[in-house]
Amino acid sequence: MTEQTIASPNAAPDGFWASKRRNEKITKIVVSVLLLIGAVVMMLPIAWMLSTSFKTRTDVFAVPPVWIPSPLHFENYPTAWTLSGMYAGEDWSFLGITFHGITFTTYIVNTLTISVLSCLGATLSSSLVAFAFARLRFPGRGPLFLLCLATMMVPAQVTMIPTFILFKNLGWYDTFYPLIVPAFLGGGAYNIFLMRQFFMSIPYEMDEAAKIDGCSNFGVYWRILLPLCKPALTTVAVFAFVYNWTDYLNPLIYLDSNSKKTLALGLKNFVSLYGQDYHLLMAASLLVSIPIAVIFLVGQRYFIQGIATTGLK
Amino acid sequence: MTSAERKEAISAFIFLIPFLIWMVFIMGGPILAAFFLSFCKWDILTPIQFVGLDNYKEMFFNDPRFWKSMGNTAYFTILSVLPGLVLSIVVALLMNQKVRGIGIYRTLFYLPSVVGAGVAMAVLWKWIFNADSGLLNYMISLLTGIPMSDCPKWMASEIWSKPALVIMSLWGVGGSMIIYLAGLQGIPTALYEAAEIDGANQWQQFLTVTLPGLSPIMFFQLIISIVGSFQIFTQVDVMTDGLGGPADSTLVMVLYIYQKAFKYYQMGYASALAWVLFIVIMLATWVQFRYSKWVYYEGELRK
Repeated sequence: MTEQTIASPNAAPDGFWASKRRNEKITKIVVSVLLLIGAVVMMLPIAWMLSTSFKTRTDVFAVPPVWIPSPLHFENYPTAWTLSGMYAGEDWSFLGITFHGITFTTYIVNTLTISVLSCLGATLSSSLVAFAFARLRFPGRGPLFLLCLATMMVPAQVTMIPTFILFKNLGWYDTFYPLIVPAFLGGGAYNIFLMRQFFMSIPYEMDEAAKIDGCSNFGVYWRILLPLCKPALTTVAVFAFVYNWTDYLNPLIYLDSNSKKTLALGLKNFVSLYGQDYHLLMAASLLVSIPIAVIFLVGQRYFIQGIATTGLK
Repeated sequence: MTSAERKEAISAFIFLIPFLIWMVFIMGGPILAAFFLSFCKWDILTPIQFVGLDNYKEMFFNDPRFWKSMGNTAYFTILSVLPGLVLSIVVALLMNQKVRGIGIYRTLFYLPSVVGAGVAMAVLWKWIFNADSGLLNYMISLLTGIPMSDCPKWMASEIWSKPALVIMSLWGVGGSMIIYLAGLQGIPTALYEAAEIDGANQWQQFLTVTLPGLSPIMFFQLIISIVGSFQIFTQVDVMTDGLGGPADSTLVMVLYIYQKAFKYYQMGYASALAWVLFIVIMLATWVQFRYSKWVYYEGELRK
């Protein structure tokens, strides 16, 4: 820029700073209004969902819609809970105990089992693998890490069919194994990448000090680095949990019997059978989504920090 | 190699065992197996039959549904990725201003992208897109005065079903917004101060400081979201009951692969379709790397 423009703020008349402050104030108001409109647009579908879930079958289709139905039909929730199961005559089991009658509870227990175990697997194994990539020297480290990153480009559908056949031959069809075991094998390239970036940001002196004190490599990983990585671990854990909670394609392929179904499959089934009962569908969908929203609200402080510090470069 | 180095390499190998098993049995092996299967005919029950290029010939010259699914996927990708990119940057810029209640706004914008991936939200959007009493047409007629009966029929219309999917995907814009926001906060304030001293106005600062600073993240996000859009499945499967209707207008690649593999048990043909999808994604990624001159890496200046 030229000399003249550099000098311009100093040469400005007295009104310059006042008008600058006023401009900033106007900008702030405009930004606030835009954000408010945006937030309303983002929340409208949720409000609509909530509103529909408290209506009767006929009120649902009223135009213009009533946003706050009166009375509120809370009974839609228990109705959806039992109806979405539908297999009253079938048994299901958990930890070896057999229960009679498949309901929403069955799907919740199944989904929780898969999600919690996968979440544990992804967090443990991705940090373990990331530790090796971030902290240990071995021949071929660079190429192997690149290869790992490259797998992010591979669509799951390419590996889907052979993997399906592999698991089927292992006798894992219609079990939870195909949905849990892969999580223990590295937790996917994205999680490994995220953890590695986080490890890299921790000073190497920490490891060296611990090693001088007689710590093994595993000790450095377990006792020194992991406790420092809580934001990254929370990020991986939340993503893994949410991914498995909402996953649809994998359970669709691997789970067959009603007693094994997850929430996603149960809900899809519910849609096929009660497609026009939107008040019940919305109640069921809300029940499915609430745990995710709660986990998100509790964990967001950690994992937004986790994304901010690791998920970028 | 000294013995200390060898020891370190051995322990690295032990740490990597789970990853290596995954790489061989769940990633690398199946990719090659799918490639082999794509030259075969196989319904799982009867023995595998090698058929050479038949699957590919059938696909390219004899299967209008393949071309339809490619077209639909490309349409959806192009229409959702670019508006998504612009919108998420705009929202991130707004979020980066210091206004009251920014934490709440961040949560509200981000929440839909977290809960939005699964079946539950697909069910919700199916209801929102309902032509006669859905939320979207109600809002359109409220804001524009067009009667609801003249509004688009969305998922019931061959023309509007894909734009409907795009609208739904834009609702999840908060996911990349968070990443851009983190990127914006990582741009050194010194650069803005320097630009201001040089007399740059807000717009010039945006063009010369903000955009170059964000470009590596834009590049990464662009690649990731194109790969993601190519793989849309759950929402379509739930909203169209697995058919990709009306009239195949939402038959996307992954849905077609799923149909061929797990409804018709044509494992060979489905593998060929999956490999074509893979190659298309790799080509799209390669093109982006090829034309990535616009990406600005701060590190390069230090050389």
